[in-house]
Amino acid sequence: MNRIGGWLLGLASVLAFALLYAPIVVMVLFSFNAPRGRFNLVWQGFTLANWRQPLADAALTQAFLASLALALAAAVLAVLLGGLMALALGRVRLRGGRAIALLLALPLTNPEIVLATALLNLFVDLNLPRGPLTLLLSHSLFCLSYAALTLKARLAGFDPSLELAAQDLGAPPLAAFRRVTLPLLAPGLLAAGLLSFSLSFDDYVISSFTAGETVTLPLYLAGAFQREISPQIQVLSTLVLLVSGVLLILATPRSSGSGRR
Amino acid sequence: MLASPKAEGHRRARRWWPWALLAPGLVWLIGLYLLPLLALVPLSLSEPVSRFGLDTVFRWRLANYGEVLGAYGPVLLRSFGFALVSTGLGLLLAYPLAYGIRFRGGRWQPLLIGLVVLPSLTSYLVRAIGWTSLLGDNGPVLGLITALGLTDLGNGLGLLRDGRLLNTPTAVVLGLTSNQLPFLVLPLVVAMQRIDRRLLEAAADLHAGGLRRFRLVVWPLSRPGLASALLLSLIPAAGDVVNPLFLGGPNERMVGNTIENLLLVQLQAPRAAALALVLMALISLAVVLQLRTGGLDDLALP
Repeated sequence: MNRIGGWLLGLASVLAFALLYAPIVVMVLFSFNAPRGRFNLVWQGFTLANWRQPLADAALTQAFLASLALALAAAVLAVLLGGLMALALGRVRLRGGRAIALLLALPLTNPEIVLATALLNLFVDLNLPRGPLTLLLSHSLFCLSYAALTLKARLAGFDPSLELAAQDLGAPPLAAFRRVTLPLLAPGLLAAGLLSFSLSFDDYVISSFTAGETVTLPLYLAGAFQREISPQIQVLSTLVLLVSGVLLILATPRSSGSGRR
Repeated sequence: MLASPKAEGHRRARRWWPWALLAPGLVWLIGLYLLPLLALVPLSLSEPVSRFGLDTVFRWRLANYGEVLGAYGPVLLRSFGFALVSTGLGLLLAYPLAYGIRFRGGRWQPLLIGLVVLPSLTSYLVRAIGWTSLLGDNGPVLGLITALGLTDLGNGLGLLRDGRLLNTPTAVVLGLTSNQLPFLVLPLVVAMQRIDRRLLEAAADLHAGGLRRFRLVVWPLSRPGLASALLLSLIPAAGDVVNPLFLGGPNERMVGNTIENLLLVQLQAPRAAALALVLMALISLAVVLQLRTGGLDDLALP
């Protein structure tokens, strides 16, 4: 029994990783492809040319930069708003605290398409022209729940008596927060920020409803299916994967010993 | 405890500062989420002013729901069908993988978890482009199927359509399964990490075999993780837009594509709202079932 079980375990794991990494391997491979025609979808031959000119596709580069700026702004806003909420919810028992926690978690249970419909109609009702502002509002909203809940979970494992001890030693509350709480919270802030950044950077559905004329990277990629899939798409995506891989390693909490939490 | 004047002051201060911290976030959640979501209800009962804009008038038009269900019932059914099949397939792979990571991973556990998460850091559109290369007419997967002489079998089973893989349900389900795998694995690993190894050792001491240890210890204790995994996978899968659009083609549209088309192309905002609310009602049913068993606190975050 145990041998068959172990064998099945291995088979399922190999299949799972194959399914996870098949499109990723193709992406990396095709960044070295020399495509004939406009669509870099069929393997023709090896070249380094794409990597020598990663910014050759000007429209792609522009969309890439737009997404970077948007994701950065949305992540900062979400971590700020979400962090403040997490601090309030994590510290004191509030009347209505449970309702607020529910309101925070509810957006996670909506399909993106429902949120996108609601947001577009809101902006239409308010006569708010769709563009960078509506994008930032929508992105910071869907990142807010993730950021707040991530930070709330980190705060739950944090001993409030540390801050009280600092206050007992004469530190004013704000100084105690800055010198004690903030450094302890820093990894959580980083994790929440990275999560928000990657959610915003990847968002297609909500952006397609609220972007107006603005073209973010996912919107550009969706258009590329009809227009042109340049090898620079795979080059830039591989670079993004490398950078986020490094950031992921940095954000992973070091576990000591057996890895049990 | 003595109520010193200072403590009294602290307590009074405490009454307002949490609300000051909560206020900006609450403005966001209420103004950009709760109210717009509620506004979908009157919108779903309105009708468009003209065919050329998104402006509507409220008319108590309940018929919108009947029309939407009549016209898009099959699309809804297909959406939940695809979501269920991809989640089911995903679970068959994710459960053993999570088990392996937790109980056989040893000190590689954090690295393995990182490897499960890493692919989701690539845009799902780029992954869809990757699948297009893999499953295309000149791609390696179809080449392998042809070389093995399995084309007729694939056609017969309905996995292929006229010997092609792209623009079939198979391609959509494959793309969905690949996308949802991390959301299935992570909550399961988190739940299994809560299982105390000593319970397994105790069971072994009591002469429980491998199968019984799994059935009596691991399985029941991993159930909460299983419930959140199901939700975290079903919700985005049922509302997915990208996979059906780029891997499924015109015949495999899902409800997300239909809502997008109604709103952005046909400018039928009321019907789009009605369909979105139907989708949300169906998903809320699943969430309520989960709330009764576990609660939202168990929703593990990536």
